[in-house]
Amino acid sequence: MMYFTRLKTAVILGVCLLGVILCIPNLMPAPANWLPWRYVHLGLDLRGGSYLLLEVDMRTVLKDKLESLMDGVRQSLRGTTSANAIFYSGLAARPDLNQVRFQLRDPARLPDALAALKPVIGTPAPGAPAEVEVTSTPEGAVTLTLSPTALRDRATAAIQQSIEIVRRRIDASGVVDPLIARQGDSRIVVQLPGIEDPNRIKELIGRTAKMTFRLVDTSVTNLDGQAPAGVDILPLEGPGNQRIAVRRRIDVDGGDLRDARAGTNPQTGEWVVNFSFNSVGARRFADITRANVGRPFAIVLDDKVISAPRINEPITGGSGQISGAFTAAAANDLAVLLRAGALPAPLTVVEERSVGPELGADAIRAGAISLIVGFLLVAAFMGIFYGLFGWIANLAMFINLFLMLAVLSLMEATMTLPGMAGILLTLGVAVDANILINERIREETHNGRAPLQALEAGFSRAFNTIFDSNATGLLSHVMLFYFGAGPVRGFAITTTVGIITTMFTNWLLTRLMIAKWYAWRRPRELPV
Amino acid sequence: MLRPMFRLVPDNTRIRFMKRKFAGIYVSAFLSTISAIMFFYPGLHLGIDFSGGIIMELRTPAAADFGAIRGALSQAGIATQGVQRFGDDAQVAIRMPAQPTEAATQQTVTKVRQALEKEIPGIRLMRTDAVGATVSGELFHDGMLALGISLLMILTYIWFRFEWQFAVGAVATLVLDLTKAVGFLALTRLEFDLVMVAAILTVLGFSTNDKVVVYDRVRENLRKYKTMPLRELIELSINETLNRTIGTSGTVFLAALPLALFGGASIAHFAWMMLFGIVVGTSSSIFIAATILLVLGENRLRRDTSAPPKDGAPATP
Repeated sequence: MMYFTRLKTAVILGVCLLGVILCIPNLMPAPANWLPWRYVHLGLDLRGGSYLLLEVDMRTVLKDKLESLMDGVRQSLRGTTSANAIFYSGLAARPDLNQVRFQLRDPARLPDALAALKPVIGTPAPGAPAEVEVTSTPEGAVTLTLSPTALRDRATAAIQQSIEIVRRRIDASGVVDPLIARQGDSRIVVQLPGIEDPNRIKELIGRTAKMTFRLVDTSVTNLDGQAPAGVDILPLEGPGNQRIAVRRRIDVDGGDLRDARAGTNPQTGEWVVNFSFNSVGARRFADITRANVGRPFAIVLDDKVISAPRINEPITGGSGQISGAFTAAAANDLAVLLRAGALPAPLTVVEERSVGPELGADAIRAGAISLIVGFLLVAAFMGIFYGLFGWIANLAMFINLFLMLAVLSLMEATMTLPGMAGILLTLGVAVDANILINERIREETHNGRAPLQALEAGFSRAFNTIFDSNATGLLSHVMLFYFGAGPVRGFAITTTVGIITTMFTNWLLTRLMIAKWYAWRRPRELPV
Repeated sequence: MLRPMFRLVPDNTRIRFMKRKFAGIYVSAFLSTISAIMFFYPGLHLGIDFSGGIIMELRTPAAADFGAIRGALSQAGIATQGVQRFGDDAQVAIRMPAQPTEAATQQTVTKVRQALEKEIPGIRLMRTDAVGATVSGELFHDGMLALGISLLMILTYIWFRFEWQFAVGAVATLVLDLTKAVGFLALTRLEFDLVMVAAILTVLGFSTNDKVVVYDRVRENLRKYKTMPLRELIELSINETLNRTIGTSGTVFLAALPLALFGGASIAHFAWMMLFGIVVGTSSSIFIAATILLVLGENRLRRDTSAPPKDGAPATP
């Protein structure tokens, strides 16, 4: 127990030294790129910033999926000529059942219909379950059901796509060091350090930004009544509550955009957004404009018409301009949204936490003062009540502080105010093992054992107890980490790391120091 | 410097903790009952983590004019649950209830900001917390789950490491501790939020530590003194570990104290719960946990209690 080989001593001291070295990156920026420079990040409650929890609207994802399934049904049953068209009625989506249903006019054509639907359903990969399950009755009622796997895949794709688009939008907005991550099945966490007022970002990520180019239907004159089939009556951006009728058919989609930049119109000096299509979009745009010279077309963003210019000549170059009384910021934001692409479904902010930098600085100061005062109080307590062994424990506690910081740095953990509280409490609990050992040594000395035997017995007998008490502490902190959220996780991490480093400093370092002291002084009685 | 200056508790104390073994339990049960009543009335003050809603902290250029702030808010049609001084004179905390939809919550935040910026130029928003109804429900659920599972794991762990009487004793004591923590929350109107769950879990973990140390000693003494009556053996174990129990509680108390005093508003409630929990946990380790062990283990942990005791103390059947 009280004998350490040279190698063991070197390893223990080496770990301590390494711990101190690993803390350095927290104090200064990396001197060279090739160095692995890992440090503890400050949580938003300490550095100031905004935390947003976004929820992807999965109902919209499902609705869109069913909508496209219905489109598929329409297209495939229309047939190539009017002769082989299959007639049906009552085509409707049932989002609650993940189903699309319709009724064939002529039940006898059921086999034809099922054959025609083949491309819609698609062929599943070997061994994989079908994405869409088709059931039918002899009376000609056909039901298409999305399989749970397909739904899950769709949801996963939707959230991944959303994350990607949110990331692009935030990156373009100039926030430094944002963190964007998935949480659970339908949520996205966004952390924006240094952003005190997240309103602009919220607006930027709160918009679906689904951009479409459609023809204006000039035949519709009653803009307040019911829209005829295949036409949407949409509000027109700008002063007054103007409305405009546009065809539902989407001619070119925002997905075909290659680039969008804010700029000014050299003639009028007003802000515009210049865009260009990829080759598919350019070709379609050219076709549409060629066929509709002299008629207005609408640029629609999230069910609002931004502008509806007249087509003066065919636009074959694949690029164009959106003008609509923009301010510089609005033109920039629109360009960002168009470049980043449309969200697959709307996002809602379900949780927001913003901390101003001043408050963060206050929190750091409060945490640091508490840490220093707490450390001194505990150290004084140990010195007064346990003498030399108390001071040894204090030295170990000091090194423990470095070791904790070193492990947290390696993990690149996030430090929060509760995390700092966790460090302080760990220090308070860390000396517990020293107290246990000291009390044991003391007892053994009183029972008449010689110093060395008392030390041996003290350490070995206290071990079980130390282990038990740390294990129970570890259990509850792991639970806290697992179920906790936000700053509380910081607390769980620091305390968990603290328990582990404490085991090292108490069980090895303190014992080593006491053993060396004993070998040096060879005391006839122990100062306990 | 080298020698300890004081001892916390003199060595070789022989305090007869078990003399009035039920007194401690009665007091504890009484306090826990009151706490349980206070849980229902007046109830806990839920933080927005758990209740949902909005908290905004502002700093005004001069001492805050509460009338102006309240006026601006009511003019904007915003219902608040309280506009309070927070920290110093220039700091104000505004709390608003949960809104029916997430979108409405977001709108409220924007409206408050606009209304106040118009009314009081130079006002700065220090902190905004807005938690929607879905999220607060989940946070509450997860927090309770963390508490429940931790208790269960502690029970299982002690059960594996010791005999079942120890596990039941520890968990019964923990439940008594827990109810008192709840009573403390209801009494002080400290906010019950996620950070508070962390505090309670830490307190429970700490309290378990204490119990484990005493139980470890009991188990060791059970092997060492084969014939000592259980009552005396438990008393001896408590006395032997008294210095450690009080010493460790002392250091943790000293570590938590500066947090309560200087830690700032967002952590102070955590620290006060720690301080309270340390006091309760320590006293329950001494007065309650061992008593329960004595009651449960009287005829089981020690089979031959009828054997004559070594030091002549009367054996308890």
